[in-house]
Amino acid sequence: MTLKRTADVVVIGAGIQGCSIAYHLAKSGIKDIVVLERSTICSGSTGRCGAGIRAQWGTEMNCRFGLAAIEKFEQLHEELGMDCGLHQGGYLVVAFEESEYEHLKESIRLQNSLGIHTRAVSYDEAREICPGLSAEDAVGFTFHGRDGHADPFLTTFAYMEAARRLGVDYQRFTEVRGIRYEAGKVTGVETNRGQIDAPVVVNAAGGHSQHIAKMAGVKIPNSSERHEILITEPVEPGICPPMLISFSRNFYIQQRPNGSMIGGRSPEGHPQDYGLGVSRDFLESMSRTFVKLLPRTRGVRVVRQWSGLYNMTPDCQPILCEADEVKGFFLSCGYSGHGFMFGPISGELLTQQILGQEPRIPIMMLHYRRFEKGELLVEPAIV
Amino acid sequence: MNEREEEIVICRCEEVTLGEIREWIDRGYQTFDELKRVLRVGMGPCQGRGCREMILRELSLKTGKPVSEIHPGTFRPPSKPVKLSLLAAGGDT
Repeated sequence: MTLKRTADVVVIGAGIQGCSIAYHLAKSGIKDIVVLERSTICSGSTGRCGAGIRAQWGTEMNCRFGLAAIEKFEQLHEELGMDCGLHQGGYLVVAFEESEYEHLKESIRLQNSLGIHTRAVSYDEAREICPGLSAEDAVGFTFHGRDGHADPFLTTFAYMEAARRLGVDYQRFTEVRGIRYEAGKVTGVETNRGQIDAPVVVNAAGGHSQHIAKMAGVKIPNSSERHEILITEPVEPGICPPMLISFSRNFYIQQRPNGSMIGGRSPEGHPQDYGLGVSRDFLESMSRTFVKLLPRTRGVRVVRQWSGLYNMTPDCQPILCEADEVKGFFLSCGYSGHGFMFGPISGELLTQQILGQEPRIPIMMLHYRRFEKGELLVEPAIV
Repeated sequence: MNEREEEIVICRCEEVTLGEIREWIDRGYQTFDELKRVLRVGMGPCQGRGCREMILRELSLKTGKPVSEIHPGTFRPPSKPVKLSLLAAGGDT
């Protein structure tokens, strides 16, 4: 397929962010949109993620984003015409320290004030929610039943298919090599297949967004950390229906509707070499977490392990804004491991900003200038 | 394609038929990895040992490229499924 020479909007990256932004722009009537992807659709961080969706957060901004995203996920099948694999088994958050539990209870008050019905649950109730659980050493649990997970591939493809029906042009195997700008305004992109003139360019390049920003002369403090994850063979459903997560012990485990189980944890040393390798250390430590927390999984076999990049910012919150230095250059990156779950709402909000409207949830505080000003919005609830 | 051919199960782990594979190739999912993402072919316990060659052949028929020029998709460890208890013990049993 030939590459257009001009477009109204060029979106860089065909993960959940790029596909959601392209869809929302097209739905708003923008006609000539091109999405550039250096590999295949959903081949980067989105397709490698743990698939969780939650509103249990520690900052107001993330709670608002989380709840709005859940509301969108709940009607996504109808809106996009494709099943996105939504499963709302809740998130069961486990606290292993008193101080951690106190923080979670504070977060419950914040969440409840924003319409998120999270509650503290006893160990007995936690075991009803998660029948395979064994956590005698836990101090407390919190639960929100509308949290859960969706299929990152199907969700991204659903956005892509819907965007295509609205005329969006997707170009795979097309790598951006430069951003062109003049007198403080973006004018287009250069790729390995030629250049495209465009007055609006969106950086949704996930783990490589800092490189794309640099091409436009925009400096953002993002870094990309390799995180690892594994999946087991399918077994009887009902061992771990919710997303079981601990912030102090840095793990999450969920069971897909077909019975296979997914588990990930924060990496030792936080490797930042852009590699996508896997380690035996992870395989062993994650397996220890599985058999300790869910003893019934002892005989379950691991089928596959892989890794992906978390695009981190100093406060673990995203960058969602127009660049100050280069008008028409927009950024949607730095999601710090929760870009998939926010994709449906962040795409809508950035579209509103690009169209010059007031985003329905304020995003001013997600401008990258907050890092220079020292106005960080640190999110504590991250694995 | 006759109906019986369409119903042949190509990926037994995820129960995906030849008809489904051909349908999604026609919809533009023309690499092994894209078919894997949308249909989960090759993601089950056999990790594509049963279906990969057949799917590459279908891609070859559709795209006109010889199988040798079609990317076979990503192979991920472990090469055979391993029990969590064995991994948790770090290989010592």
